[in-house]
Amino acid sequence: MVSRPHGGRLVDRVARGGSRRRLLAEAGEMPRLSIGDGLAADVANIAHGVYSPLEGFMVQEDYQSVLHDMRLSSDLPWTIPVVLDASPEELAGVREGDEVALYHRGRPLAVLRVEEIYGWDRREYALNVYKTLDPGHPGVARLSRRKELFVGGPLLLIEEPSEPFEEVRLWPKETRVLFEARGWRTIAAFQTRNVPHLGHEYVQKAALTFTDGLFINPLVGWKKPGDYRDEVIVEAYQALIGSYYPRDSVVFSVLRMEMRYAGPREAIHHAIVRKNFGATHFIVGRDHAGVGSYYGPYEAWELFREFPDLGITPLFVHEAFYCRKCGQMVNEKICPHSDEYRVRISGTMLRRMIKRGERPPEYMMRPEVAEVILKHPSPFIEEG
Amino acid sequence: MSEKIPVHISRELYEKAKKFIEEQGGFQSVEELVEFLLQEALLAEEAGPAEMSREDEEKVKERLRALGYI
Repeated sequence: MVSRPHGGRLVDRVARGGSRRRLLAEAGEMPRLSIGDGLAADVANIAHGVYSPLEGFMVQEDYQSVLHDMRLSSDLPWTIPVVLDASPEELAGVREGDEVALYHRGRPLAVLRVEEIYGWDRREYALNVYKTLDPGHPGVARLSRRKELFVGGPLLLIEEPSEPFEEVRLWPKETRVLFEARGWRTIAAFQTRNVPHLGHEYVQKAALTFTDGLFINPLVGWKKPGDYRDEVIVEAYQALIGSYYPRDSVVFSVLRMEMRYAGPREAIHHAIVRKNFGATHFIVGRDHAGVGSYYGPYEAWELFREFPDLGITPLFVHEAFYCRKCGQMVNEKICPHSDEYRVRISGTMLRRMIKRGERPPEYMMRPEVAEVILKHPSPFIEEG
Repeated sequence: MSEKIPVHISRELYEKAKKFIEEQGGFQSVEELVEFLLQEALLAEEAGPAEMSREDEEKVKERLRALGYI
C-alpha cells in the first residue's frame, strides 16, 4: 500500500476544460506577477500535489508556524516555507481577495487568489531555516535577492510549464498508479542532486533489499555553481540503471524543485514530498541537503526523531566506503576495520578527477557512469 | 478589489452567520464570510475532484506505457 498523501488528500489544483479556458481568457485582464523558474516549479508542484496539503503559497500564519515550529498551522509537519515574493511596486493596486495572474517566461501559468499580503524578515527566515546569516551559504545568498513582500493564497495552474525532461518526469498521481500497478507495498525513495557513485548505489541497493521498489528521484532546477548539470545527472543515472539495476524494481523520474541547502530541515521536506509521490520509506544519508560545514553530518537523523507523525519511515544509512580488507563497499556499522583500509568516496575528489578528465577508479564509479560524465563538454554548473 | 454587487440571503441564514462570526472570529462581516466561502467553493469546483476516476487512471496508465514505465 503506497503512502497516504501528506494531510490525507492528494492536492489537484490543475484547471481543466471550461474553467481553464475561462481563466486563460481572464488572465490577461488580471494584475500580473512575473515569476522565475524556481517559483514556476513551485507553482506546478503545488498544482500537481507534490506539496500536498498546500493548495497555494503560504499565508503568514503558516509561514510563521513553519519558521518557528516546523509545522503548518494545522500542526502537520512542514519545515520549508513555500512562499511567493513580490515587490510593493508589483503589488500596487492588488488587494486581498483579488485574483492575480502568475506569468512565467511571458506566458500565463496560474491564477492565484490573494488571501494575504505580508512583510517578512530575512534575518528571521535565514536563522530559522538555514541556522546561519552567512552570505556564503547558497540559500542565504539567494534569500537576499527575494522581494520585500510575500503573497499567500490558493492557486490554479492554467498552463503547464515546459519541461525538458518530460519523458522522465512523473507527478505523484502517476507514480501512485505506477507503484500500485507494479504491486509494490513498500517503496524506498532516494533524493539526490548528484551523479551516482558506488556509495550511492550501495545505499540504494541496501534499501531495495528490504523494500519492494526503489524510487530514484533526482532534483532538477537551480543548484549552486560546481554542482552537476541536470542532463549529466539524468544521463548518468540512466546509464547506471540500464546496466546494474533490475528494471522492474526501480522507478527513475526527475523532480523540478530548487535545492535550498537547508540541511536537516530540507531533509524533512524531501521526505514529505516523496511521501506525496507514494513512497513509504525515505533514505536519509550523511549530511543530507547540506553544504559546507553548516550542519552536522548526522544532524538530519536527529531532526527526524522529532517527527514521529511524519507518515514516511526514514531509513538512516551510514556513509558507504570501500574497505580494502573487506574487499567491498561497506559502512561503519558493518565494517570492523580501521581507517587505513577504508577508501572514502568523496564527491569533491571525484569532481576534481573529472575536471582533470581522469576516469575515476571502478571501485568508486561505474565505468558507464564515468563515460557519460567525461564525454560531456561541461558537466558542472558554472558561476554566473 | 473589483466592483461589488448586492446578493440577497435569508435573514435566518444572515443571523446564523453573524452569530458564527461573533463566536468564532476570523471575519469582519457577514459579507466577508460569504465572499470567502463562495471563493473556496468555486476554486474547489474549478480544480476538479481530488479522487482519480477510472478514466483518469487509464489515461495515466497510457502515459506510463508510452514512456516505458509499464
